[in-house]
Amino acid sequence: MREKIRLTQYSTKSGCAAKISATDLTAVLKEVPLARVEQLLVGIEHGDDAAVFKISENLALVQTVDFFTPIVDSPYLFGQIAAANALSDAYAMGGKPITALSLVAFPPKLGYSVLEEILKGGRDKIEESGAVVVGGHSLEDKEPKFGYAVTGIVHPEKYVTSKGVKIGDKLILTKPIGLGILATALKGGIIAEKEMMDAIDNARTLNKKASEVMMEVGVNGCTDITGFGFLGHLHIMLKASNKSALIYTKKMPIYLKALELAQIGFVPAGTHENKKFVKDYVEGEPTKDAVLMDILLDPQTSGGLLISVPSVKSDLLIQRLDEEGVKTKELVGEIVKGKESHIELV
Amino acid sequence: MVKEVDVRGLSCPFPVIKVKKALDEGGKESILVIIDTEVSVENVSRLVRSRGHDFKVEKNEDIYHLLIKGEGS
Repeated sequence: MREKIRLTQYSTKSGCAAKISATDLTAVLKEVPLARVEQLLVGIEHGDDAAVFKISENLALVQTVDFFTPIVDSPYLFGQIAAANALSDAYAMGGKPITALSLVAFPPKLGYSVLEEILKGGRDKIEESGAVVVGGHSLEDKEPKFGYAVTGIVHPEKYVTSKGVKIGDKLILTKPIGLGILATALKGGIIAEKEMMDAIDNARTLNKKASEVMMEVGVNGCTDITGFGFLGHLHIMLKASNKSALIYTKKMPIYLKALELAQIGFVPAGTHENKKFVKDYVEGEPTKDAVLMDILLDPQTSGGLLISVPSVKSDLLIQRLDEEGVKTKELVGEIVKGKESHIELV
Repeated sequence: MVKEVDVRGLSCPFPVIKVKKALDEGGKESILVIIDTEVSVENVSRLVRSRGHDFKVEKNEDIYHLLIKGEGS
């Protein structure tokens, strides 16, 4: 009888909580400026979710890559979440994923049947999106890591970034936050995987429908919420568009279990890095609530889309998301006039 | 009698788990937690506070001492 594998016991940090800190990364990237060519419609400058590269009048490529250490114990679920996470960046730009290359780091002592399960989980999710896995690369490593380099397509005039965000836009979020905390508690053996199944199911849900609805309705901006936390990704969006935001903290969809766990100190290391990244830009009474701040800065994996929609269309967007089965579609804030890139919490 | 809990070098959430275990064991003594990162100080403080214990934190060069006051001290 094979003992159930607990993948989280093989990584030193959980999932996107293992990203290099935004402040450190920004400093390094500053020293490595990248070439600009005319066909590069979206590059790295504004922290967009994927690159967009024009091929012809009607076609542009969308490219993104994502991989990380396990945030759940089950290999199959880990594969699923890693795939959904990698695809999400393509969806955040309004792209349609077409191919994926897998990135694998694996300790042989775990047993290759575990790797098989991870790959199956990933493959199933990639195929669910309509894309195909076309190959990949693997390395032996002390810690398991998994993800994909994804290529998608989009019309060169129709992709979505954060630059176009406008004052008056409403901000709609399509998944709850708090997964980083749950993954940390899971790793510590404080909760069981089945106690966070709603979060796991959300994490392996594709942002496909949300993206298709957003393209159908027409929006001004979008980003997906992942390793830098809700406030981190919102901050990147505001910096790119030179706008400010007002966030209704009481409307934020949060996993209840995450709130309980944050209250007793189960906060991933990544949260503190995220705090450093945005602390000079966030104000309001709610900043005094340390637990709430930990949730708003909690690194997510395969989080929802944060969509900036013209206010006149926000009801329509929410209605269409509902009709397409998107479970969460919370109006969490709006874009306002204010100090550059500032976030006011109310 | 002061119980010592050394969480240096442990990555999250293990500092919190180790301290939780020490608190769960009960007993009247004070507990001295030896911590090497600010992140762990914050998380452990959160745990200790949520359990209603009095505590104080002092930095000594590059380590932190978090003293959880026991009963009768």
